[in-house]
Amino acid sequence: MARRSERTRQLASRTVQIAFLLAVLLLWYLATTFWGVNRLLLPNPVEVWEQLMEVLRSGNYLPDLRVTATEFVVAFLLSTTTGTVVGFFASRSRFWTRVFEPLFAGIFSIPIILFLPLYVLFFGLGLESKIALGATISFFPIVLATIAGFSNVDRTLITAARSMGASDWLLFRYVLLPAALPVILGGLRIGFTICLLSILGSETIASLAGLGHHIVELAENMEMSRMFAYIAFVVVMVALLNAVVSHLEARGRRRG
Amino acid sequence: MSSAHSSEIKSAASAPAFAARSSEDESRLKLARRFFFRHPGMVRLGIVIVIFIGWEIAARWFMDPLFISPPSRVFSSLGSVLDTSGVPAALRITFFELAVAFLIAVTVGLVIGLAIGLQPFARRSMMPIVLLVYGLPQITILPLFILFFGIGPASKIAFGVTHGVFPIVITVVAGIQNLKPILLTSARSMGASRWQLLRHVIFPHMIPSFFAGMRLGMSGVLLGVLLAELYVSTAGIGYFTQMFTENFDPTKLFGLIAMLAAMAIILNEIVRRAEVRFSRWR
Repeated sequence: MARRSERTRQLASRTVQIAFLLAVLLLWYLATTFWGVNRLLLPNPVEVWEQLMEVLRSGNYLPDLRVTATEFVVAFLLSTTTGTVVGFFASRSRFWTRVFEPLFAGIFSIPIILFLPLYVLFFGLGLESKIALGATISFFPIVLATIAGFSNVDRTLITAARSMGASDWLLFRYVLLPAALPVILGGLRIGFTICLLSILGSETIASLAGLGHHIVELAENMEMSRMFAYIAFVVVMVALLNAVVSHLEARGRRRG
Repeated sequence: MSSAHSSEIKSAASAPAFAARSSEDESRLKLARRFFFRHPGMVRLGIVIVIFIGWEIAARWFMDPLFISPPSRVFSSLGSVLDTSGVPAALRITFFELAVAFLIAVTVGLVIGLAIGLQPFARRSMMPIVLLVYGLPQITILPLFILFFGIGPASKIAFGVTHGVFPIVITVVAGIQNLKPILLTSARSMGASRWQLLRHVIFPHMIPSFFAGMRLGMSGVLLGVLLAELYVSTAGIGYFTQMFTENFDPTKLFGLIAMLAAMAIILNEIVRRAEVRFSRWR
């Protein structure tokens, strides 16, 4: 009985969610088709859908997607390796943890996007400045999570493993890593999200190619429906990537 | 610590008289080491100073002065940055945008958070939508904000609000959700009205998470406003960063960015202090 009411409640809230999203779509449609909202501000959803299909069919998005994907992969690999390595060594002694942790946390609280003009000055408008900025921004959550993960391992576990004669490698592989992994994965996930966002952001602000750049170009040419199609494309890509990463994170947690 | 002591005593006892001087040096070294061990902050400061000295040397003698400027020169040029016509006004505009966006984000976030959080059904049905929208890459619709709100302060404020409002909504809802049901039940059984419940039970228990949300909201607002400023600006700091970059004037660029970073740090710190101060009662 209790289970059944639980299910009906679930159903009711799902209905509200779907109804809300449908209402937004309907309002959008009505506003642009009948109520005379300027097409330059808000294009018709049907047109946007047609444009989206057209973009997907023609494959026009491929060069920009390739640029953005390259930037993102390189930046995230850079920040993951440096972040986990630096975090691991900083967590090896209590002293170095206390030296470095507040330093990284302090820098992390500054909006690093501020330094974008400096990055553009150093690395130019091309891929390099986006990679450098994305790597810098995502380095901090990863290094902080790694430090937190490794320095909060239960001392008894380490003592027990040592007293049973575990070598450094065995201790790392079977005690430290499994204990720290969930925290590190959380950091990697945050790093993943803000790396992607900062790369899209710096493409929007100053770049020569990439998805963010293309959206700006369309906005400047007032091709609104195509711009909305591109925005929808990027949003869906990011949402899919996020879902994949959440899934991987959950699996990593269970295994760890 | 005790083992260090005993070894010190041992070495002092076994040291022959002619080696007294070197053992004194050694113990001084040990004292210094212990001092640094107790004060990691000093070591941290040392690392920062070394980085600045390295930067100074690299910028002064090894790198192209068109791209990097030594910190000493940046520091001494702070005054001239402020003298550049328009910069103080730009800083004021940015600060104004941040303040207004933060106030709007907090008000709207609190209202929406209470509206969603106080009603279990609303929470269950609307929270996934809030989280969904929060997870979207808002930066992709920045050009739309400029189209809707123009290139003045309005678009920056709007973009800051949409970045800051979601963390506040989420933490307010979480704060209400974490309220122990027994508190609500006992207050109700003692005949508390809806308003009394809100005023004396829900509000005080929500304050720590509300302030945590304000801290997250502040970093969101900073991000949103600065992104929009850097994207397009006619009088704000975005205009000047672009101008200094295009003129290859790294000294002024570094100076301006340092001032903005200082502004961000101060704002963050105010909100963080407030959080510590107001969640102490628990």
